[in-house]
Amino acid sequence: MTFNLRGAWSIYQRELMRAFRTAFQSLIAPVITTSLYFIVFGAAIGGRMPALGGVDYAAFIIPGLLMLTLLGETTSNSSFGIYMPRFTGTIYELLSAPVGVAETLIGFVGAAATKSLILAAVILATATLFVDYRIEHPFYAFGFIMLVAASFSLFGFILGIWADSFEKLGIIPVLILTPLTFLGGTFYSIDMLPSPWDKIALANPIAFLVSGLRWTFYGEADVSIGVSLSLTLAFLAVCVAIIAFIFKTGWRLRE
Amino acid sequence: MSDAILSISGLTKVYKGGVKALDDVDLEIRMGEIFALLGPNGAGKTTLIGAVCGLVRPSAGSILAFGHDLQRDWRQARGRIGLVPQELSTDMFETVHRAVSYSRGLFGLPPDKARIEEVLRSLSLWEKRDTQIRALSGGMKRRVLIAKALAHEPDLLFLDEPTAGVDVELRKDMWQQIGALRERGVTIILTTHYIEEAEEMADRVGIIRKGQILMVDDKDAMMKRLGRTEAVITLAAPLDELPPAIAHYPVELTDGGTQLSYRGGDGSGKGKQEVADLTKALIASGIDYRGIDIRESSLEDIFVGLLHDREQAA
Repeated sequence: MTFNLRGAWSIYQRELMRAFRTAFQSLIAPVITTSLYFIVFGAAIGGRMPALGGVDYAAFIIPGLLMLTLLGETTSNSSFGIYMPRFTGTIYELLSAPVGVAETLIGFVGAAATKSLILAAVILATATLFVDYRIEHPFYAFGFIMLVAASFSLFGFILGIWADSFEKLGIIPVLILTPLTFLGGTFYSIDMLPSPWDKIALANPIAFLVSGLRWTFYGEADVSIGVSLSLTLAFLAVCVAIIAFIFKTGWRLRE
Repeated sequence: MSDAILSISGLTKVYKGGVKALDDVDLEIRMGEIFALLGPNGAGKTTLIGAVCGLVRPSAGSILAFGHDLQRDWRQARGRIGLVPQELSTDMFETVHRAVSYSRGLFGLPPDKARIEEVLRSLSLWEKRDTQIRALSGGMKRRVLIAKALAHEPDLLFLDEPTAGVDVELRKDMWQQIGALRERGVTIILTTHYIEEAEEMADRVGIIRKGQILMVDDKDAMMKRLGRTEAVITLAAPLDELPPAIAHYPVELTDGGTQLSYRGGDGSGKGKQEVADLTKALIASGIDYRGIDIRESSLEDIFVGLLHDREQAA
Protein backbone atom coordinates (compact mmCIF):
# COMPACT_ATOMS: atom_id res chain seq x y z
CA MET A 1 0.00 0.00 0.00
CA THR A 2 1.55 3.28 -1.07
CA PHE A 3 -1.44 5.57 -0.84
CA ASN A 4 -4.52 4.81 1.21
CA LEU A 5 -7.27 6.28 -0.94
CA ARG A 6 -10.04 4.65 1.06
CA GLY A 7 -8.56 6.06 4.25
CA ALA A 8 -8.59 9.57 2.78
CA TRP A 9 -12.15 9.10 1.52
CA SER A 10 -13.28 7.86 4.94
CA ILE A 11 -11.90 10.96 6.66
CA TYR A 12 -13.38 13.21 3.98
CA GLN A 13 -16.83 11.63 4.25
CA ARG A 14 -16.82 11.75 8.01
CA GLU A 15 -15.76 15.39 8.14
CA LEU A 16 -18.49 16.36 5.68
CA MET A 17 -21.03 14.42 7.70
CA ARG A 18 -19.90 16.28 10.80
CA ALA A 19 -20.61 19.54 8.99
CA PHE A 20 -24.09 18.42 8.03
CA ARG A 21 -24.68 17.27 11.58
CA THR A 22 -23.91 20.80 12.68
CA ALA A 23 -25.56 22.43 9.66
CA PHE A 24 -26.82 25.41 11.63
CA GLN A 25 -23.36 26.31 12.85
CA SER A 26 -21.58 25.41 9.61
CA LEU A 27 -23.94 26.80 6.98
CA ILE A 28 -27.01 28.58 8.26
CA ALA A 29 -25.29 30.86 10.80
CA PRO A 30 -22.78 32.31 8.27
CA VAL A 31 -25.59 32.83 5.75
CA ILE A 32 -27.66 34.75 8.32
CA THR A 33 -24.65 36.88 9.29
CA THR A 34 -23.82 37.67 5.66
CA SER A 35 -27.46 38.47 4.92
CA LEU A 36 -27.43 40.97 7.77
CA TYR A 37 -24.36 42.63 6.21
CA PHE A 38 -26.20 42.85 2.89
CA ILE A 39 -29.22 44.39 4.58
CA VAL A 40 -27.25 46.91 6.65
CA PHE A 41 -24.39 47.86 4.31
CA GLY A 42 -26.06 47.02 1.05
CA ALA A 43 -29.71 48.01 1.25
CA ALA A 44 -29.73 50.51 4.14
CA ILE A 45 -26.41 52.36 3.76
CA GLY A 46 -25.46 51.29 0.24
CA GLY A 47 -28.27 53.29 -1.34
CA ARG A 48 -26.67 56.51 -0.08
CA MET A 49 -23.13 55.61 -1.21
CA PRO A 50 -21.70 56.53 -4.61
CA ALA A 51 -20.78 53.78 -7.09
CA LEU A 52 -17.19 52.61 -6.78
CA GLY A 53 -15.34 51.99 -10.05
CA GLY A 54 -18.68 51.94 -11.80
CA VAL A 55 -20.09 49.29 -9.47
CA ASP A 56 -23.02 49.91 -7.11
CA TYR A 57 -21.85 49.96 -3.53
CA ALA A 58 -24.16 47.07 -2.56
CA ALA A 59 -22.65 44.93 -5.32
CA PHE A 60 -19.13 46.23 -4.63
CA ILE A 61 -19.07 44.74 -1.13
CA ILE A 62 -20.15 41.21 -2.21
CA PRO A 63 -16.62 39.87 -2.92
CA GLY A 64 -15.36 41.33 0.36
CA LEU A 65 -18.22 39.88 2.36
CA LEU A 66 -17.76 36.55 0.64
CA MET A 67 -14.05 36.62 1.51
CA LEU A 68 -14.84 37.63 5.10
CA THR A 69 -17.10 34.60 5.57
CA LEU A 70 -14.88 32.28 3.58
CA LEU A 71 -11.73 33.03 5.54
CA GLY A 72 -13.40 32.81 8.94
CA GLU A 73 -15.45 29.70 8.28
CA THR A 74 -12.76 27.81 6.37
CA THR A 75 -10.16 28.44 9.02
CA SER A 76 -12.55 27.59 11.86
CA ASN A 77 -13.90 24.44 10.20
CA SER A 78 -10.51 23.07 9.39
CA SER A 79 -8.91 23.94 12.72
CA PHE A 80 -11.85 22.49 14.63
CA GLY A 81 -11.75 19.33 12.49
CA ILE A 82 -8.25 18.38 13.65
CA TYR A 83 -8.33 20.03 17.07
CA MET A 84 -11.33 18.04 18.32
CA PRO A 85 -9.72 14.60 17.78
CA ARG A 86 -6.66 15.91 19.62
CA PHE A 87 -8.80 17.27 22.42
CA THR A 88 -10.97 14.16 22.82
CA GLY A 89 -8.16 11.68 22.24
CA THR A 90 -9.69 10.11 19.12
CA ILE A 91 -6.59 11.20 17.21
CA TYR A 92 -5.12 7.84 18.31
CA GLU A 93 -7.10 6.13 15.59
CA LEU A 94 -5.74 8.37 12.87
CA LEU A 95 -2.17 8.08 14.10
CA SER A 96 -2.29 4.31 14.38
CA ALA A 97 -3.88 3.82 10.95
CA PRO A 98 -1.97 3.50 7.68
CA VAL A 99 -2.69 7.08 6.68
CA GLY A 100 0.01 9.64 6.03
CA VAL A 101 0.13 13.36 5.44
CA ALA A 102 -1.44 13.16 1.98
CA GLU A 103 -4.47 11.15 3.09
CA THR A 104 -4.93 13.31 6.17
CA LEU A 105 -4.84 16.50 4.15
CA ILE A 106 -7.17 15.19 1.47
CA GLY A 107 -9.57 14.07 4.18
CA PHE A 108 -9.56 17.01 6.57
CA VAL A 109 -8.54 19.87 4.30
CA GLY A 110 -10.54 18.55 1.35
CA ALA A 111 -13.68 18.37 3.48
CA ALA A 112 -13.11 21.85 4.91
CA ALA A 113 -12.54 23.26 1.43
CA THR A 114 -15.66 21.51 0.12
CA LYS A 115 -17.71 22.99 2.95
CA SER A 116 -16.33 26.42 2.05
CA LEU A 117 -17.28 26.02 -1.60
CA ILE A 118 -20.81 25.01 -0.61
CA LEU A 119 -20.92 27.98 1.74
CA ALA A 120 -19.69 30.35 -0.98
CA ALA A 121 -22.37 29.08 -3.36
CA VAL A 122 -25.07 29.52 -0.72
CA ILE A 123 -23.88 33.05 0.10
CA LEU A 124 -23.82 34.08 -3.54
CA ALA A 125 -27.29 32.62 -3.99
CA THR A 126 -28.44 34.56 -0.91
CA ALA A 127 -26.86 37.75 -2.29
CA THR A 128 -29.12 37.59 -5.34
CA LEU A 129 -32.07 38.15 -2.98
CA PHE A 130 -30.65 41.53 -1.92
CA VAL A 131 -28.36 42.82 -4.66
CA ASP A 132 -28.12 42.84 -8.42
CA TYR A 133 -24.56 41.75 -9.26
CA ARG A 134 -22.56 40.05 -11.99
CA ILE A 135 -19.50 37.81 -12.16
CA GLU A 136 -17.36 38.93 -15.06
CA HIS A 137 -14.82 36.09 -14.86
CA PRO A 138 -16.72 33.11 -13.43
CA PHE A 139 -13.93 30.63 -14.18
CA TYR A 140 -11.38 32.78 -12.34
CA ALA A 141 -13.86 33.40 -9.54
CA PHE A 142 -14.39 29.66 -9.02
CA GLY A 143 -10.66 28.98 -9.22
CA PHE A 144 -9.78 31.80 -6.85
CA ILE A 145 -12.42 30.77 -4.31
CA MET A 146 -11.12 27.18 -4.51
CA LEU A 147 -7.56 28.36 -4.03
CA VAL A 148 -8.46 30.52 -1.04
CA ALA A 149 -10.58 27.70 0.45
CA ALA A 150 -7.72 25.21 0.08
CA SER A 151 -5.09 27.61 1.44
CA PHE A 152 -7.08 28.62 4.50
CA SER A 153 -8.14 25.04 5.15
CA LEU A 154 -4.45 24.21 5.33
CA PHE A 155 -3.88 27.25 7.51
CA GLY A 156 -6.75 26.17 9.78
CA PHE A 157 -5.29 22.67 9.97
CA ILE A 158 -1.99 24.13 11.21
CA LEU A 159 -3.91 26.27 13.68
CA GLY A 160 -5.79 23.21 14.96
CA ILE A 161 -2.52 21.42 15.57
CA TRP A 162 -0.85 24.44 17.16
CA ALA A 163 -3.72 25.24 19.51
CA ASP A 164 -3.75 23.58 22.89
CA SER A 165 -6.93 25.24 24.12
CA PHE A 166 -10.25 26.42 22.71
CA GLU A 167 -9.17 29.97 23.43
CA LYS A 168 -6.14 29.66 21.16
CA LEU A 169 -8.33 28.05 18.51
CA GLY A 170 -10.43 31.20 18.36
CA ILE A 171 -7.67 33.79 18.65
CA ILE A 172 -6.43 33.82 15.05
CA PRO A 173 -9.82 33.92 13.26
CA VAL A 174 -11.31 36.47 15.65
CA LEU A 175 -8.34 38.69 16.47
CA ILE A 176 -6.37 38.54 13.25
CA LEU A 177 -8.34 37.29 10.23
CA THR A 178 -11.57 39.22 10.81
CA PRO A 179 -9.91 42.61 11.52
CA LEU A 180 -7.53 42.18 8.59
CA THR A 181 -10.42 41.34 6.28
CA PHE A 182 -12.39 44.38 7.46
CA LEU A 183 -9.30 46.53 6.88
CA GLY A 184 -8.48 44.78 3.62
CA GLY A 185 -10.99 46.63 1.50
CA THR A 186 -14.14 44.65 2.17
CA PHE A 187 -16.25 47.80 2.46
CA TYR A 188 -14.09 50.25 0.51
CA SER A 189 -11.53 50.51 -2.23
CA ILE A 190 -7.96 50.99 -1.06
CA ASP A 191 -7.76 53.87 -3.57
CA MET A 192 -10.18 55.76 -1.33
CA LEU A 193 -7.68 55.82 1.54
CA PRO A 194 -5.57 58.96 2.02
CA SER A 195 -1.80 58.67 1.77
CA PRO A 196 0.08 57.00 3.49
CA TRP A 197 -2.78 54.68 4.54
CA ASP A 198 -3.26 53.43 0.98
CA LYS A 199 0.36 52.17 1.05
CA ILE A 200 0.09 50.81 4.57
CA ALA A 201 -3.10 48.94 3.60
CA LEU A 202 -1.09 46.95 1.08
CA ALA A 203 0.94 45.48 3.94
CA ASN A 204 -2.25 43.59 4.80
CA PRO A 205 -2.14 40.26 2.89
CA ILE A 206 -5.91 39.89 3.06
CA ALA A 207 -6.24 43.05 0.93
CA PHE A 208 -4.76 41.07 -1.97
CA LEU A 209 -7.35 38.34 -1.54
CA VAL A 210 -10.29 40.74 -1.44
CA SER A 211 -8.87 42.64 -4.39
CA GLY A 212 -8.30 39.43 -6.36
CA LEU A 213 -11.83 38.19 -5.81
CA ARG A 214 -13.27 41.60 -6.65
CA TRP A 215 -11.40 41.52 -9.96
CA THR A 216 -13.03 38.18 -10.86
CA PHE A 217 -16.43 39.80 -10.22
CA TYR A 218 -16.09 43.22 -11.80
CA GLY A 219 -12.76 43.27 -13.66
CA GLU A 220 -11.54 46.08 -11.38
CA ALA A 221 -9.09 45.66 -8.50
CA ASP A 222 -6.73 47.59 -6.25
CA VAL A 223 -3.84 45.29 -7.23
CA SER A 224 -3.20 43.05 -10.23
CA ILE A 225 -4.90 39.64 -10.22
CA GLY A 226 -1.50 38.10 -10.99
CA VAL A 227 -0.08 39.43 -7.73
CA SER A 228 -3.12 38.20 -5.79
CA LEU A 229 -2.87 34.73 -7.33
CA SER A 230 0.89 34.51 -6.79
CA LEU A 231 0.62 35.53 -3.15
CA THR A 232 -2.17 33.04 -2.51
CA LEU A 233 -0.22 30.24 -4.17
CA ALA A 234 2.86 31.15 -2.11
CA PHE A 235 0.75 31.08 1.06
CA LEU A 236 -0.59 27.65 0.09
CA ALA A 237 2.94 26.36 -0.54
CA VAL A 238 4.13 27.64 2.86
CA CYS A 239 1.18 25.94 4.59
CA VAL A 240 1.90 22.64 2.81
CA ALA A 241 5.58 22.87 3.83
CA ILE A 242 4.64 23.53 7.48
CA ILE A 243 2.23 20.59 7.53
CA ALA A 244 4.83 18.30 5.95
CA PHE A 245 7.21 19.38 8.71
CA ILE A 246 4.57 18.70 11.37
CA PHE A 247 4.01 15.17 10.12
CA LYS A 248 7.72 14.51 9.72
CA THR A 249 8.53 15.58 13.25
CA GLY A 250 5.23 14.60 14.87
CA TRP A 251 5.02 18.05 16.47
CA ARG A 252 1.92 18.23 18.69
CA LEU A 253 0.68 14.96 17.17
CA ARG A 254 3.00 12.23 18.37
CA GLU A 255 4.55 12.39 21.81
CA MET B 1 12.50 -16.97 17.73
CA SER B 2 11.02 -17.99 14.38
CA ASP B 3 7.33 -17.37 15.10
CA ALA B 4 7.81 -13.86 16.49
CA ILE B 5 5.42 -11.41 14.84
CA LEU B 6 6.63 -8.44 16.84
CA SER B 7 10.27 -7.84 17.69
CA ILE B 8 11.23 -4.88 19.79
CA SER B 9 14.88 -4.16 20.23
CA GLY B 10 16.61 -1.56 22.36
CA LEU B 11 13.46 0.55 22.49
CA THR B 12 13.99 3.72 24.47
CA LYS B 13 11.73 6.69 24.95
CA VAL B 14 12.81 9.83 26.73
CA TYR B 15 10.06 12.43 26.99
CA LYS B 16 10.65 16.14 26.84
CA GLY B 17 11.81 17.07 30.32
CA GLY B 18 14.00 14.00 30.59
CA VAL B 19 11.56 11.38 31.87
CA LYS B 20 12.75 8.01 30.60
CA ALA B 21 9.54 6.06 29.98
CA LEU B 22 11.20 3.15 28.19
CA ASP B 23 14.75 2.06 28.84
CA ASP B 24 16.34 -0.26 26.29
CA VAL B 25 13.38 -2.61 26.02
CA ASP B 26 13.77 -5.90 24.17
CA LEU B 27 10.65 -7.98 23.62
CA GLU B 28 9.36 -10.59 21.22
CA ILE B 29 5.73 -11.54 20.77
CA ARG B 30 4.75 -14.91 19.33
CA MET B 31 2.01 -15.49 16.85
CA GLY B 32 -1.34 -16.44 18.38
CA GLU B 33 -0.45 -15.86 22.00
CA ILE B 34 -1.98 -13.66 24.65
CA PHE B 35 0.79 -11.67 26.21
CA ALA B 36 0.11 -9.75 29.39
CA LEU B 37 2.29 -6.77 30.18
CA LEU B 38 2.12 -6.12 33.88
CA GLY B 39 3.39 -3.14 35.71
CA PRO B 40 2.42 -0.47 38.18
CA ASN B 41 1.12 2.91 37.05
CA GLY B 42 3.78 4.86 35.18
CA ALA B 43 5.82 1.75 34.42
CA GLY B 44 5.84 2.45 30.67
CA LYS B 45 3.12 0.07 29.46
CA THR B 46 1.13 2.63 27.51
CA THR B 47 4.28 4.23 26.11
CA LEU B 48 5.39 0.83 24.83
CA ILE B 49 2.05 0.31 23.09
CA GLY B 50 2.13 3.86 21.77
CA ALA B 51 5.57 3.31 20.27
CA VAL B 52 4.39 0.21 18.39
CA CYS B 53 1.11 1.78 17.26
CA GLY B 54 2.59 5.05 16.04
CA LEU B 55 1.39 7.33 18.82
CA VAL B 56 4.81 7.81 20.38
CA ARG B 57 8.06 8.55 18.60
CA PRO B 58 10.79 6.32 20.01
CA SER B 59 14.05 7.98 21.02
CA ALA B 60 16.05 4.90 20.08
CA GLY B 61 15.63 1.27 19.13
CA SER B 62 13.80 -0.63 16.44
CA ILE B 63 10.42 -2.29 16.09
CA LEU B 64 9.68 -5.01 13.55
CA ALA B 65 6.06 -6.05 13.07
CA PHE B 66 5.32 -8.92 10.70
CA GLY B 67 8.83 -8.44 9.35
CA HIS B 68 8.22 -4.77 8.53
CA ASP B 69 10.30 -2.04 10.09
CA LEU B 70 7.82 0.34 11.69
CA GLN B 71 9.91 3.37 10.80
CA ARG B 72 10.25 2.45 7.13
CA ASP B 73 7.29 0.22 6.21
CA TRP B 74 4.81 1.72 8.64
CA ARG B 75 1.86 1.43 6.28
CA GLN B 76 2.21 -2.32 5.86
CA ALA B 77 2.81 -2.89 9.55
CA ARG B 78 0.06 -0.61 10.88
CA GLY B 79 -2.52 -2.14 8.58
CA ARG B 80 -2.27 -5.39 10.55
CA ILE B 81 -2.30 -3.90 14.03
CA GLY B 82 -5.34 -2.89 16.05
CA LEU B 83 -5.42 -0.76 19.18
CA VAL B 84 -7.98 -0.44 21.93
CA PRO B 85 -6.87 2.53 24.00
CA GLN B 86 -7.21 2.88 27.72
CA GLU B 87 -9.31 6.04 27.54
CA LEU B 88 -12.84 5.91 26.15
CA SER B 89 -11.89 8.05 23.16
CA THR B 90 -14.40 8.06 20.35
CA ASP B 91 -16.71 10.44 18.55
CA MET B 92 -19.62 10.40 20.97
CA PHE B 93 -22.09 11.81 18.42
CA GLU B 94 -21.50 9.03 15.89
CA THR B 95 -23.69 5.96 15.76
CA VAL B 96 -22.04 2.66 16.61
CA HIS B 97 -22.33 1.32 13.05
CA ARG B 98 -20.89 4.42 11.41
CA ALA B 99 -18.02 4.65 13.89
CA VAL B 100 -17.00 1.04 13.27
CA SER B 101 -17.42 1.36 9.49
CA TYR B 102 -15.25 4.49 9.57
CA SER B 103 -12.46 2.58 11.30
CA ARG B 104 -12.51 -0.07 8.60
CA GLY B 105 -12.27 2.53 5.86
CA LEU B 106 -9.47 4.36 7.65
CA PHE B 107 -7.37 1.21 7.37
CA GLY B 108 -7.94 1.12 3.62
CA LEU B 109 -10.43 -1.74 3.50
CA PRO B 110 -13.57 -1.70 1.36
CA PRO B 111 -16.97 -1.51 3.08
CA ASP B 112 -18.13 -4.93 4.25
CA LYS B 113 -21.52 -4.93 5.89
CA ALA B 114 -21.34 -8.62 6.73
CA ARG B 115 -18.01 -8.19 8.51
CA ILE B 116 -19.23 -5.17 10.47
CA GLU B 117 -22.36 -7.06 11.47
CA GLU B 118 -20.27 -10.03 12.58
CA VAL B 119 -18.04 -7.82 14.72
CA LEU B 120 -20.99 -5.99 16.26
CA ARG B 121 -22.87 -9.19 16.97
CA SER B 122 -19.81 -10.82 18.54
CA LEU B 123 -19.61 -7.90 20.97
CA SER B 124 -23.38 -7.76 21.58
CA LEU B 125 -23.54 -4.35 19.90
CA TRP B 126 -25.76 -5.20 16.95
CA GLU B 127 -28.95 -4.07 18.67
CA LYS B 128 -27.26 -0.74 19.43
CA ARG B 129 -25.89 -0.18 15.93
CA ASP B 130 -27.96 2.94 15.28
CA THR B 131 -27.48 4.39 18.77
CA GLN B 132 -25.21 7.37 19.29
CA ILE B 133 -22.16 6.27 21.27
CA ARG B 134 -22.74 8.93 23.93
CA ALA B 135 -25.99 7.15 24.88
CA LEU B 136 -24.19 3.89 25.70
CA SER B 137 -22.97 2.72 29.10
CA GLY B 138 -19.25 2.76 29.90
CA GLY B 139 -18.92 -0.97 29.27
CA MET B 140 -20.68 -0.72 25.93
CA LYS B 141 -18.48 2.20 24.91
CA ARG B 142 -15.46 0.04 25.61
CA ARG B 143 -16.92 -2.66 23.40
CA VAL B 144 -17.34 -0.09 20.65
CA LEU B 145 -13.62 0.66 20.91
CA ILE B 146 -12.88 -3.05 20.58
CA ALA B 147 -15.24 -3.29 17.60
CA LYS B 148 -13.47 -0.33 15.98
CA ALA B 149 -10.12 -2.01 16.51
CA LEU B 150 -11.40 -5.27 15.01
CA ALA B 151 -13.11 -3.71 12.00
CA HIS B 152 -10.00 -4.03 9.84
CA GLU B 153 -9.34 -7.62 10.93
CA PRO B 154 -5.99 -7.08 12.63
CA ASP B 155 -3.58 -9.93 13.26
CA LEU B 156 -2.15 -8.22 16.31
CA LEU B 157 -4.38 -6.47 18.82
CA PHE B 158 -3.28 -4.21 21.65
CA LEU B 159 -5.63 -3.88 24.57
CA ASP B 160 -4.53 -1.15 26.92
CA GLU B 161 -6.18 -1.79 30.28
CA PRO B 162 -9.26 -3.36 28.64
CA THR B 163 -11.20 -3.79 31.84
CA ALA B 164 -10.20 -0.64 33.69
CA GLY B 165 -13.22 0.75 35.46
CA VAL B 166 -15.65 -1.98 34.43
CA ASP B 167 -17.62 -4.06 36.91
CA VAL B 168 -16.80 -7.67 37.74
CA GLU B 169 -19.50 -9.17 35.53
CA LEU B 170 -18.50 -7.14 32.52
CA ARG B 171 -14.86 -7.87 33.16
CA LYS B 172 -15.51 -11.62 32.95
CA ASP B 173 -17.56 -11.02 29.83
CA MET B 174 -14.64 -9.10 28.35
CA TRP B 175 -12.31 -11.99 29.16
CA GLN B 176 -14.59 -14.27 27.18
CA GLN B 177 -14.45 -11.86 24.25
CA ILE B 178 -10.67 -11.82 24.38
CA GLY B 179 -10.62 -15.61 24.55
CA ALA B 180 -12.85 -15.72 21.46
CA LEU B 181 -10.43 -13.43 19.62
CA ARG B 182 -7.59 -15.76 20.41
CA GLU B 183 -9.67 -18.63 18.99
CA ARG B 184 -9.82 -16.65 15.76
CA GLY B 185 -6.04 -16.50 15.66
CA VAL B 186 -5.57 -12.91 16.79
CA THR B 187 -2.40 -12.29 18.75
CA ILE B 188 -3.19 -10.18 21.78
CA ILE B 189 -1.02 -7.96 23.90
CA LEU B 190 -2.82 -6.60 26.91
CA THR B 191 -1.62 -4.31 29.59
CA THR B 192 -3.24 -4.51 32.93
CA HIS B 193 -2.65 -3.93 36.55
CA TYR B 194 -5.31 -6.48 37.43
CA ILE B 195 -3.02 -9.44 37.99
CA GLU B 196 -6.03 -11.70 38.10
CA GLU B 197 -6.69 -10.77 34.49
CA ALA B 198 -3.25 -11.89 33.38
CA GLU B 199 -3.50 -15.06 35.47
CA GLU B 200 -6.83 -15.87 33.85
CA MET B 201 -5.92 -15.28 30.24
CA ALA B 202 -2.26 -14.87 29.45
CA ASP B 203 0.03 -17.44 27.89
CA ARG B 204 3.07 -15.35 28.68
CA VAL B 205 3.66 -12.55 31.08
CA GLY B 206 6.07 -9.64 30.97
CA ILE B 207 6.74 -7.48 33.98
CA ILE B 208 7.76 -3.90 33.38
CA ARG B 209 8.88 -1.37 35.91
CA LYS B 210 10.35 2.10 35.40
CA GLY B 211 10.58 1.48 31.67
CA GLN B 212 12.55 -1.74 31.99
CA ILE B 213 11.33 -5.26 31.34
CA LEU B 214 12.15 -7.15 34.52
CA MET B 215 11.03 -10.55 33.37
CA VAL B 216 9.30 -12.31 30.49
CA ASP B 217 8.21 -15.90 30.84
CA ASP B 218 5.43 -18.40 30.23
CA LYS B 219 2.85 -17.76 32.89
CA ASP B 220 2.84 -21.37 34.08
CA ALA B 221 6.66 -21.49 34.15
CA MET B 222 6.73 -18.25 36.10
CA MET B 223 4.20 -19.56 38.58
CA LYS B 224 6.20 -22.76 38.92
CA ARG B 225 9.51 -21.02 39.31
CA LEU B 226 8.45 -18.26 41.62
CA GLY B 227 5.29 -19.73 43.10
CA ARG B 228 5.13 -20.76 46.73
CA THR B 229 2.80 -22.69 49.01
CA GLU B 230 1.89 -21.05 52.26
CA ALA B 231 0.32 -22.98 55.15
CA VAL B 232 -0.57 -22.02 58.68
CA ILE B 233 -1.07 -24.89 61.12
CA THR B 234 -2.86 -23.92 64.31
CA LEU B 235 -1.44 -26.01 67.11
CA ALA B 236 -3.53 -27.56 69.91
CA ALA B 237 -0.91 -26.38 72.44
CA PRO B 238 1.78 -23.71 72.05
CA LEU B 239 5.39 -24.77 71.47
CA ASP B 240 8.51 -23.05 72.81
CA GLU B 241 10.74 -24.28 70.01
CA LEU B 242 10.60 -26.29 66.80
CA PRO B 243 10.70 -30.04 67.40
CA PRO B 244 13.76 -31.68 65.75
CA ALA B 245 11.48 -33.93 63.63
CA ILE B 246 10.23 -30.94 61.63
CA ALA B 247 13.24 -28.63 61.89
CA HIS B 248 14.34 -29.41 58.33
CA TYR B 249 11.07 -28.06 56.88
CA PRO B 250 10.80 -24.35 55.94
CA VAL B 251 8.66 -23.58 58.97
CA GLU B 252 8.71 -21.18 61.89
CA LEU B 253 6.70 -20.70 65.02
CA THR B 254 4.45 -17.66 64.95
CA ASP B 255 1.77 -16.02 67.05
CA GLY B 256 3.50 -16.81 70.33
CA GLY B 257 4.17 -20.43 69.39
CA THR B 258 0.51 -21.25 68.75
CA GLN B 259 0.96 -21.44 64.98
CA LEU B 260 3.37 -23.16 62.67
CA SER B 261 3.91 -21.20 59.45
CA TYR B 262 5.15 -22.99 56.37
CA ARG B 263 6.38 -21.24 53.22
CA GLY B 264 7.94 -23.42 50.56
CA GLY B 265 7.39 -25.44 47.41
CA ASP B 266 7.76 -24.15 43.91
CA GLY B 267 4.31 -23.72 42.44
CA SER B 268 4.32 -27.25 40.99
CA GLY B 269 2.46 -28.91 43.87
CA LYS B 270 5.64 -29.84 45.75
CA GLY B 271 4.61 -27.50 48.56
CA LYS B 272 1.31 -29.26 49.16
CA GLN B 273 3.07 -32.59 49.39
CA GLU B 274 5.55 -31.15 51.87
CA VAL B 275 2.71 -29.76 54.02
CA ALA B 276 1.11 -33.23 54.04
CA ASP B 277 4.45 -34.76 55.12
CA LEU B 278 4.83 -32.06 57.78
CA THR B 279 1.44 -32.86 59.33
CA LYS B 280 2.35 -36.54 59.43
CA ALA B 281 5.62 -35.69 61.15
CA LEU B 282 3.74 -33.61 63.73
CA ILE B 283 1.37 -36.49 64.53
CA ALA B 284 4.30 -38.91 64.71
CA SER B 285 5.96 -36.53 67.20
CA GLY B 286 2.78 -36.39 69.30
CA ILE B 287 2.04 -32.78 68.43
CA ASP B 288 -1.64 -32.21 67.87
CA TYR B 289 -3.17 -29.40 65.75
CA ARG B 290 -6.64 -27.93 65.35
CA GLY B 291 -6.64 -26.64 61.78
CA ILE B 292 -4.70 -25.95 58.60
CA ASP B 293 -4.99 -22.99 56.20
CA ILE B 294 -3.18 -23.62 52.95
CA ARG B 295 -2.89 -21.49 49.82
CA GLU B 296 -0.84 -21.34 46.66
CA SER B 297 0.73 -17.98 45.86
CA SER B 298 -0.95 -16.10 43.04
CA LEU B 299 0.63 -14.24 40.17
CA GLU B 300 -0.08 -11.14 42.21
CA ASP B 301 2.11 -12.41 45.04
CA ILE B 302 4.86 -13.11 42.54
CA PHE B 303 4.45 -9.71 40.92
CA VAL B 304 4.46 -7.82 44.21
CA GLY B 305 7.39 -9.88 45.47
CA LEU B 306 9.39 -9.28 42.33
CA LEU B 307 8.82 -5.54 42.41
CA HIS B 308 9.62 -5.46 46.11
CA ASP B 309 12.88 -7.36 45.61
CA ARG B 310 13.95 -5.01 42.82
CA GLU B 311 12.99 -2.01 44.89
CA GLN B 312 15.25 -3.23 47.68
CA ALA B 313 18.08 -4.10 45.30
CA ALA B 314 17.95 -0.64 43.70
